[in-house]
Amino acid sequence: MSDDLLALKRETDAALAAATDLRAWDAVRVGVLGKSGRLTALLKELGRASPEERRTRGAALNVLKDALAAAIEARRVELEAAALDSRLAAERLDVTLPPRPFPAGLIHPISRTMEEMAAIFGAMGFEIAEGPDIESDWLNFSALNIPAHHAAREDMDTFYLPAPAPGGRRPVLRTHTSPVQARTMLTRELPFRVIVPGRTYRADHDATHSPMFHQVEGLVLDRDITLGHLKGCLIDFLRAFFGISDLPVRFRASYFPFTEPSMEVDIGWNRKTGELGGGGDWLEILGSGMVHPKVLANCGIDPREWQGFAFGMGIERVTMLKHGIPDLRPFYESDLRWLRHYGFNPLSPALLHEGV
Amino acid sequence: MKFTLSWLKTHLDTTASLAEITDTLTRIGLELEGIADRGAALAAFRIAHVVEAVPHPNADRLRVCTVDAGDGVLVTVVCGAPNARTGLKGVFAPAGSFVPGTNTTLKVGEIRGVQSAGMLLSAREMGLGDDHSGIIDLPADAPVGMPYARWAGLDDPVIDISVTPNRGDALAVRGVARDLAAAGLGVLRPFAPAKVPSVFTSPLVWCIDMPQTCPWVLGRTVRGLRNGPSPQWLQDRLISVGLRPINALVDITNFFTIDLGRPLHVFDADKVQGGGLLFRPGEGETFRALNGRDYTVGPEDCAIADARGVQSLAGVIGGEATGCDERTTSVFVECALFDPVRIALTGRRHGVSSDARQRFERGIDAALMPDAIEAATRMIIELCGGEASNVVAAGAEPAWQRQATLRFARLREFGGLDVPADAAVESLQRLGFVVAARNAATVTVQVPSWRNDVAGGTELDPAPALPAERAARAAAGRDAVEAECDLVEEVLRLRGLDAVPAVSLPRAAPVPGRTFSPRQSRSALARRILAARGLAECVTFSFMERRVAALFGPADEALHLENPIASDLDQMRPSPIATLALAAQRNAARGWGDVGLFEVGPGFADPTPDGHRWIAGGVRAGATPRSWIVPARGVDAMDAKGDTWAVLTALGVPPEALSVTADAPGFYHPGRSGVVRQGPKTVLATFGELHPRVLAALDLAGPAVAFEVFLDAIPDPKRRKKTAPDLPTFQPVRRDFAFVLDATVAAEAVLRAARGAERTLVAGVTLFDLYEGDKLADGRKSLAIEVVFQPRDRTLTDAEIEAAAQKVVAAVAKATGGVLR
Repeated sequence: MSDDLLALKRETDAALAAATDLRAWDAVRVGVLGKSGRLTALLKELGRASPEERRTRGAALNVLKDALAAAIEARRVELEAAALDSRLAAERLDVTLPPRPFPAGLIHPISRTMEEMAAIFGAMGFEIAEGPDIESDWLNFSALNIPAHHAAREDMDTFYLPAPAPGGRRPVLRTHTSPVQARTMLTRELPFRVIVPGRTYRADHDATHSPMFHQVEGLVLDRDITLGHLKGCLIDFLRAFFGISDLPVRFRASYFPFTEPSMEVDIGWNRKTGELGGGGDWLEILGSGMVHPKVLANCGIDPREWQGFAFGMGIERVTMLKHGIPDLRPFYESDLRWLRHYGFNPLSPALLHEGV
Repeated sequence: MKFTLSWLKTHLDTTASLAEITDTLTRIGLELEGIADRGAALAAFRIAHVVEAVPHPNADRLRVCTVDAGDGVLVTVVCGAPNARTGLKGVFAPAGSFVPGTNTTLKVGEIRGVQSAGMLLSAREMGLGDDHSGIIDLPADAPVGMPYARWAGLDDPVIDISVTPNRGDALAVRGVARDLAAAGLGVLRPFAPAKVPSVFTSPLVWCIDMPQTCPWVLGRTVRGLRNGPSPQWLQDRLISVGLRPINALVDITNFFTIDLGRPLHVFDADKVQGGGLLFRPGEGETFRALNGRDYTVGPEDCAIADARGVQSLAGVIGGEATGCDERTTSVFVECALFDPVRIALTGRRHGVSSDARQRFERGIDAALMPDAIEAATRMIIELCGGEASNVVAAGAEPAWQRQATLRFARLREFGGLDVPADAAVESLQRLGFVVAARNAATVTVQVPSWRNDVAGGTELDPAPALPAERAARAAAGRDAVEAECDLVEEVLRLRGLDAVPAVSLPRAAPVPGRTFSPRQSRSALARRILAARGLAECVTFSFMERRVAALFGPADEALHLENPIASDLDQMRPSPIATLALAAQRNAARGWGDVGLFEVGPGFADPTPDGHRWIAGGVRAGATPRSWIVPARGVDAMDAKGDTWAVLTALGVPPEALSVTADAPGFYHPGRSGVVRQGPKTVLATFGELHPRVLAALDLAGPAVAFEVFLDAIPDPKRRKKTAPDLPTFQPVRRDFAFVLDATVAAEAVLRAARGAERTLVAGVTLFDLYEGDKLADGRKSLAIEVVFQPRDRTLTDAEIEAAAQKVVAAVAKATGGVLR
């Protein structure tokens, strides 16, 4: 390679090295490879050279051109990398800053318990039945073998609404979810298994009673359901709900107008620590029994053909026990601080396959 | 129902321990409420002899007593009681013992320079009454050193059980003993009082003019007696179960109420006028009862009257005028049978709950009456002296006899427990059932007179709308099986329900079907959607203060509770919004003004089932969270609209089917609220800012917005297979348009027009800017939309795009009068 070409290579390398940004780099590129660049000029001059000279000089120019192009490109990559580095060095976020706020909502513990009940009883073949909160006294009482003079009507502290017509029967706020038993028996095809979670009302207000609370009713009617099934179903439920596979469950003879035999159900716990399971003490948790023949007959079902069991459970009570919630009243106060403390993630509903 | 262990043992011959007895009571349905062992608190107190009592050297009112408590050591006790004297037998509390009446633990101390090593106790200091006039002064033969509780019979545990309303027979010590004996805990002692000979003819007789309330009554006069305090054992019994001793005659009636479950009443025979007592309907007369209150008896009540007028409210409470006191020398005993329902209603009408009413309204033992009056007469003569007349009666013993049949197989098929036939029959016999007939498969028994709950055969109350044939068959079925269920219960109860093997429910299907109805699924999904949008779920009361309810609806009189528990909980709420707004206010008052709350629950339009509307409602108040990225802003109606939209679209309502009208209910800001409709009639939701007047009435600082979605109104989504998706291969073209419009034009009209301009090409329209201000004339606004054109079969030419854009401009202009800005 002749001296002028070597000089061009040397000078170009020096200029590239001197170019510290892409603008300077581009000036070098244009000055060498551009239309009026030095290499372009040398190539143009080639036409005027002799054939012999053209061949040797042409080959040398081509080698030089490739070398210059590679050097220029290499410098571009270098400069771009340096430019990116310096930009990134300037772009810095304080990653400890809080992100955009997204207030977390939550599900009330009562809804959560109802969902869990639906999941567990659903796995046992139950469906959910419903009824209105305002009922006739027939549905709330008479159908269930609680006649007008019955002591149980007094016990229940019923809320009344005005009679629709003078002398008519006054509607009541249902004192239990049991009127839905009657509704179900009158309308649903046998056999069936239903649970009825819902609002109930009694005129009672103190630390452990709320004038509105929630119950879940259960009703199973078929041809050959026995008291043994009642026990099995409730033991299965209680152990699944509380997540204690050997939870002690005790059945005691009792009395309800709408069942016979009737029984109260206790679970084992430790009265001192409040821990469920062992401990040797018993805690009453629900009432149950075989559906009374009068209730079946009042609802048009022949007790010679169909039999089964019913139960009723306080939703707040089992919720408080399961989650160790000490007081009843905050359930209804909508105190955001309480709700945030005891509420549940809406995107993690009670599903048996995810665990309830 | 309270009784002591020793009282129980007067009827039950048993060696069972207290724990065995109480465990069995709970198991067989007589649930133990508690055991009070009064002796436990008195265990340290012993009977002591005051060897010498001398005046205190330094105090006029104090004495220094030298006390022998039976352990061989004489101790010095300084005592201030006026009756502390040499030779007295009292009760000594040593240092270190706890004195319940004063709630103190004694220490050896010095009183005015004299050491005192304990205390001589008064009744009050032992927690045994109000007497504090002096220390306890025991009879001279009281044994020194014996624990006072044992000497006084206070080491006898009091057992308290809860008796269910069907078991009137268990409101008697004897009834409890009978159940325990039947459960295998001993032998029921016989009860067969010998007849008291009649010496004269009763000057008083009975007459019944109200046989539906009182079918049968016995009476007997005892004359020449002396009434006064009853003996200590009887007083102790009554005190132990919480009754106050009054005088021997009254105490005797109370004793039989508890002992046999057989309430009696005693009239002072000399105070009864006219030689007879009549059971008759009340006629509006007023009499003063034994509790000192006046009662006016009406035609539904059964009164007992003499020649002067009403003297007693039969079966409920006796009268003062004919009551027995210390001057009574002649008594007329009433032993009557009453109709339980009528007694219950009378008692409830007058608000009297007496031990007598409690037993009569549960039904008492009709066959016991002749024995009961003999036992009562005998005790009167034993305690008060005197002589007895003949027994006078009115009415007749009603036919209480009933039979019940048990198919042994039903113990397994219904009760779930295989019980051998012999064992089942034995259980029934132990309870007093008498076998009338038996074969291999069944037993028929006579129901004992005290078990009014078994085979009672009360009336049905069938559903009014039942077809007659269905009702008749069901009633026949009930007649066939009810008494048998009673017997199954008795057999199982005595064996304990824990004996029944638990059996898991058989699977109805290999994989269970759906648990929720579609509507319940909607509720669950709405709940999760709203919570996922940052709202906290609440459960608030269905009733609220009427004044506040009226802010949110008509506050219908038909939804006004007749007996609210509090004046601010007297009206059924029209919507969960109402109670949530109150909840937002309460949170603000606690310093948490920025809240988002929701509830899925009922709102009440009327008292019928149709008026019970299931609503997902929410309230947002205050501002969005403060942040360095996004500035906080007050909540607005669009937040609430967003919530309704989220719920509705999640529940499968196609958004293009919805329209919004500006006629929301009056609790919303009239200009910043809307009603979401599907078609012209169906209202699915409302949303908007709460009206400033509502905010002011609730004392809730704004801004606050609310929404309600009517979950019942949402149609079930149709479950059909989805069509193939539309996935064109060509790139869409986006064009922006800004229209200047009259300010009253609804944005929805612009969007609708743009969408409809070129249906095959327009794939989407988005509104991205709204401008009202200086650069436009008054009453004008600018809306900017982005329209997405989606070519289907080839890339669009510029001319085609331009043509489509012109169609959009023309369609919007035609529909709204808008012109390109």
